Amino acid sequence: MTVRVQEADFDLNAELTALRAGDARVGALASFVGLVRDINDGAGVSEITLEHYPGMTERALEAIVDEAKTRWDLYGVLVIHRVGPLRPCDQIVLVAVTSAHRGEAFAACEFIMDYLKTRAPFWKREATPDGARWVDAREADDSAAARWQKEDS
Amino acid sequence: MSVKILYFAGLREALGIGSETLELPAGVATVGTLRDWLVGLGRERLASAKNLRCAVNQEMGGPETAVRDGDEVAFFPPVTGG
Repeated sequence: MTVRVQEADFDLNAELTALRAGDARVGALASFVGLVRDINDGAGVSEITLEHYPGMTERALEAIVDEAKTRWDLYGVLVIHRVGPLRPCDQIVLVAVTSAHRGEAFAACEFIMDYLKTRAPFWKREATPDGARWVDAREADDSAAARWQKEDS
Repeated sequence: MSVKILYFAGLREALGIGSETLELPAGVATVGTLRDWLVGLGRERLASAKNLRCAVNQEMGGPETAVRDGDEVAFFPPVTGG
C-alpha cells in the first residue's frame, strides 16, 4: 500500500528496505520522518493526539502521491501517517520516495510533505501544563506548499 | 433532501457533536447556504470559526460547491498534520 494511516508505529528500516526491494532501477531513496517534539509555541508538550477524517485522509494522500508522480519520474512512493495518542520522540509520519537519481527523489519527498501539511485532513491536539489545545495551522506551511505552484507558472 | 454533516477537531469540540444527518429546506443547495442555515440553527461556531474549511464527498470545496441529496459535507479547521 502506497498510503497508510495507522495507530501503530512503523519500522523505518523495514519500510525503506521493502520500498526498494529487488528494484535495480533505483539509484536514490529519499525519506523524511516527522517526530513529536516536547515543546511547541513556548509550552511544554507531554502528549499529542492526532485526529483525522477517515476516508478523505487516504484519498487526499493518494491524490498528493499521484500529483508527485506526474511531476517526477518515481519508481516507488510510501506515505505512513500515524493517528491517535503520541508522545515526544515518537514517529508521526514517514514519506519515502525512490527514483533513478537524487534530485527527483529529494524534490518529490519535500513536495509530498509540503502538500500533506496543508491538504491532508489531520489535526493535532497537544497536552500542555496549561491544559489541552488544538494546534493552529502555520502560515509557513501554506507558503511552503505555495512555492510548488509558483514553479509551475 | 438529506445530507450527512461532519465536524472535526476544535469545531467538533466546540459544537459538541461529530456528525448529524439533516433534512435541508429548499434553497439550501451549496456549502455556503448550508453553512448559513446551520448557523441559523444555533451552530454559531460555524460563523465565527477562523479559516473554516469544507469538503463535499471527501473532496475539498468552497462556498459555491453544490450540495446534493445523499452528500457527505464536512466542516473543519485548517489542517495540522505531518
